[in-house]
Amino acid sequence: MTHSNLIRHVGTALIAGAIPIGAHAATPQDLQAGYSALAGTSAAPDRGQQLFTTRHGRDWSCSSCHGAVPTQPGKHTSTGKPIAALAPAFNPERFADAAKTEKWFRRNCNDVMGRECTPAEKADVVAWLRTLK
Amino acid sequence: MNCRGLFDRRSWVVVVSLVASHAAFSGDDQRGAGVALLPKYKQECAACHVAFAPGMLPAESWRRLLGNLPQHYGTDASLDAASVNELATWLSANAGTYKRVREAPPEDRITRSAWFIRKHDEVPAAAWQRPAVKSAANCAACHTKADQGDFNERTVRIPR
Repeated sequence: MTHSNLIRHVGTALIAGAIPIGAHAATPQDLQAGYSALAGTSAAPDRGQQLFTTRHGRDWSCSSCHGAVPTQPGKHTSTGKPIAALAPAFNPERFADAAKTEKWFRRNCNDVMGRECTPAEKADVVAWLRTLK
Repeated sequence: MNCRGLFDRRSWVVVVSLVASHAAFSGDDQRGAGVALLPKYKQECAACHVAFAPGMLPAESWRRLLGNLPQHYGTDASLDAASVNELATWLSANAGTYKRVREAPPEDRITRSAWFIRKHDEVPAAAWQRPAVKSAANCAACHTKADQGDFNERTVRIPR
């Protein structure tokens, strides 16, 4: 199997639900692996941190609501509502459901970057959040 | 028999609390009470802000809000179609229908409703700007039981 065939194979498996993107129970590790497979590259935690903590030409960064190191509760920057910790080691509900993860990436990347995040960017962010212990 | 004989101390407590709870659940305060929140509504809407009581807006406003979730007051609150339908059914069944809520407020904002403005006219302008408040939509900053749908004045604590 050639390299590109392998990627196509993994991608098809993802879409077909063999790897639970858009399904139910998941682990942060599964999700990262799924995104990396879709991206065809491995995740880089430092790129994830960079994406998370900097602004992308708009008012907010991810950190605006989640905090620069999201091991503690954050606060919604416009409504003030508390937001539970995002790093999965500090909150087991995070990255435990693929559909929920996709929903929030879609919304929040749109708010922060004005577009959806790529699978590579999602893999990077999850990889960085997994390093926080 | 005098009054004291008719109502001993304990009876008075019961009478007074019945009157008080009647007052809390009638008239203007009805907006904040009485409707058990749909789990989906709590899960999806209260992730970012207080679960505003459905009776605080008319059905027309809820319909517009649900039709425009990708541009929800400056943020993307988009949801899958099945969830939107479930919320729409519940919100339209429980929307405000009595006279002060019947009319849609400007921009479908609860905080621009005439009743909201009147109810908050004693709050100094500076209080809304405090970091612990930030937004008039942050009910829980002052209404300490807002998350339980209780907006009674006695539970209000304005942060300094």
